[in-house]
Amino acid sequence: MSLYRAELRRLVLRRLTRWATVLGLAVLATVAVGVFLSNQKIDDAAWAKAEVAAEQDWQQQVRQTEEFRAECEQAAAQGDQSDRFPPDCSHISPPPPDAFPAEQYLPSTFEFRASFGQTLTAVGAILALVGFVVGSSFVGAEWNTGGMMTMLLWRPKRVTVLLTKLAALLTGLLALAVTTMLLWFGSFWLIATTRGSTEGMTAGAWQSFALTGLRGTVLALVAAALGFGLASLGRHTAMALGGAVGVTVVGQFGLGVLLSLTGAKFIGAWMLPTYVQAWVEKEVVLRDFQVCRVSPYGCEPETLTLTWQHSSGLLVAGLVLVLGGACWAMRRRDIS
Amino acid sequence: MTAVLEIEGLQKSYRSRRRGTRNALDGFDMRVEAGQVHGFLGPNGSGKTTTLRTLLGLIRPDGGRMRLLGHEVPADLSAVAGQVGAIVESPQFFPHFTARDTLSLLATAGQVRSTRIDEVLELVGLRDRSRERVKTYSLGMKQRLAVASALLKEPRLLILDEPANGLDPGGIREMRTLVRNLAEAGTTVLLSSHILAEIQLICDSVTIISLGRRVAFGPVEKVLATHSAGTVRVRLEVVADLPAASEALTRAGFRVTREPDHLLLAGVEQAAMVTRLLAGQGLYVSELVWVEADLESVFLELTATAPAPGQSRQVDQSARPTPVGQGSTGGWGA
Repeated sequence: MSLYRAELRRLVLRRLTRWATVLGLAVLATVAVGVFLSNQKIDDAAWAKAEVAAEQDWQQQVRQTEEFRAECEQAAAQGDQSDRFPPDCSHISPPPPDAFPAEQYLPSTFEFRASFGQTLTAVGAILALVGFVVGSSFVGAEWNTGGMMTMLLWRPKRVTVLLTKLAALLTGLLALAVTTMLLWFGSFWLIATTRGSTEGMTAGAWQSFALTGLRGTVLALVAAALGFGLASLGRHTAMALGGAVGVTVVGQFGLGVLLSLTGAKFIGAWMLPTYVQAWVEKEVVLRDFQVCRVSPYGCEPETLTLTWQHSSGLLVAGLVLVLGGACWAMRRRDIS
Repeated sequence: MTAVLEIEGLQKSYRSRRRGTRNALDGFDMRVEAGQVHGFLGPNGSGKTTTLRTLLGLIRPDGGRMRLLGHEVPADLSAVAGQVGAIVESPQFFPHFTARDTLSLLATAGQVRSTRIDEVLELVGLRDRSRERVKTYSLGMKQRLAVASALLKEPRLLILDEPANGLDPGGIREMRTLVRNLAEAGTTVLLSSHILAEIQLICDSVTIISLGRRVAFGPVEKVLATHSAGTVRVRLEVVADLPAASEALTRAGFRVTREPDHLLLAGVEQAAMVTRLLAGQGLYVSELVWVEADLESVFLELTATAPAPGQSRQVDQSARPTPVGQGSTGGWGA
């Protein structure tokens, strides 16, 4: 317990932890402020203004149509055979007023039920990034500066030290993620109340958002554990960060290009971000437009649905592989 | 006397596809008695740090037995880790933490009372700089911080690898006093250093290691007495005759070290043999005195690492000690 307390304190004292947290929260705050400023509440005055704008646009369209029909009739009278006008000028008719609904002229407004879920994906991704960087640096810097060796002189149980460090990291990140999620929910509820609508928030909708938030938090914890494990395996922060860049460049861009060239189906199914998205958003539907299924509505692409259960399998496999390897290496390799 | 550290037949090899197998420790023995200041000497790459790391559980040995404070290690290391303070090689700390933060984290992890932090900061002379970041510290100050971290546990056995590294002359003297005071208070100190005059001054006993094996051990006076016997300094009437004299003496079986204005001969039983031999060659001695060796010359002789004019010695060029079983005293260094 004393080691756990010390590691928790070390995590909080670290400069990178503080800076990464501040930076992540600043990005999220910027998004929230941007959403707040770019939306507004729809009241009677906004509706009246939208109706006037719609009416004006319709009137202008009617005028332009009348002018065009007059030109068409004039050209027909002069025997003009060009393609500029239809053969029968009576087909030129003004649009109905319904084609200009007032809703389209309303300013942007934030509807909590419709839009909040998407923002949770962004929070999950940013927390995961912070978790990965802080996690890899937390143990990588220990190896790099000799701190791990010093700690092992005090507590010679290698795997216990490594896992206690991981537990402290995950506790710290969990506290950050839960606080951020609560602040995010609160901020966007406030934005919806003052700059939009909170209508339709049933118990089911709340439950769905809560589960999305929970999956985002779990994603951040998994990313932190993966970063921690990779940096511990390589005994350097750069191992985790370099590995992430390598996977992105070679494993994702390179693989994407290769699969495109070979005409493979559902390229997205080979991309890690797809699984991250499927994890947070519950499912992702991939479409292959190379294969059409004929239907009364025309060409329907073949689809592949990836669910959060698929993603969870991948995340668990990655965790077992990386953390298992890190524990094995910690136990077996000499420390110099 | 009770032994606090015992090593018997310690083996450690490093295997490399390109360079093959290198024996860092080749049946190494060592014994340190309670309450002593014990010097641990050896040339670079001789296996000193490997020994200390193995003893502290950082490196897995390939063979041999080790005991610390009566417990078998590494199996029972957890039971004694709280009583062993150690610095291994150059001290490294988080540069952005203060000395106080660094020690406080260790104290929390090791369940050491927090008042001990102030005590050790006072002991190593960092009290007034303890709230500054470690990155602003000089090498000597980092070394002091490392010693402070090792003292934090109030250890029964203190292992210091090059503790005087980077210290100014005043700091070296303070370190010497600190080590002696600790020993007087009952702490056993194992001191690895290349400052041999310092070792000779403060150590009760020494172990000398070369190429992974023990080449000498015991009380400092005994080691000096054993290895300084038979050493004479020879000056000639004509300095230009030194090369010819050196050649003649080497042919006769003496171990000769050439200095600019004299020769040092080891393994001499009777001084008359030297004068007779040189006179026979037409070389006349102007001075011949028996030399009492210091630890440095004993070390250089035992490890065969004395610099030779015109030659650059490589790291692994040290004396190959007698193989285990041939003249080795064996056991726990007894």
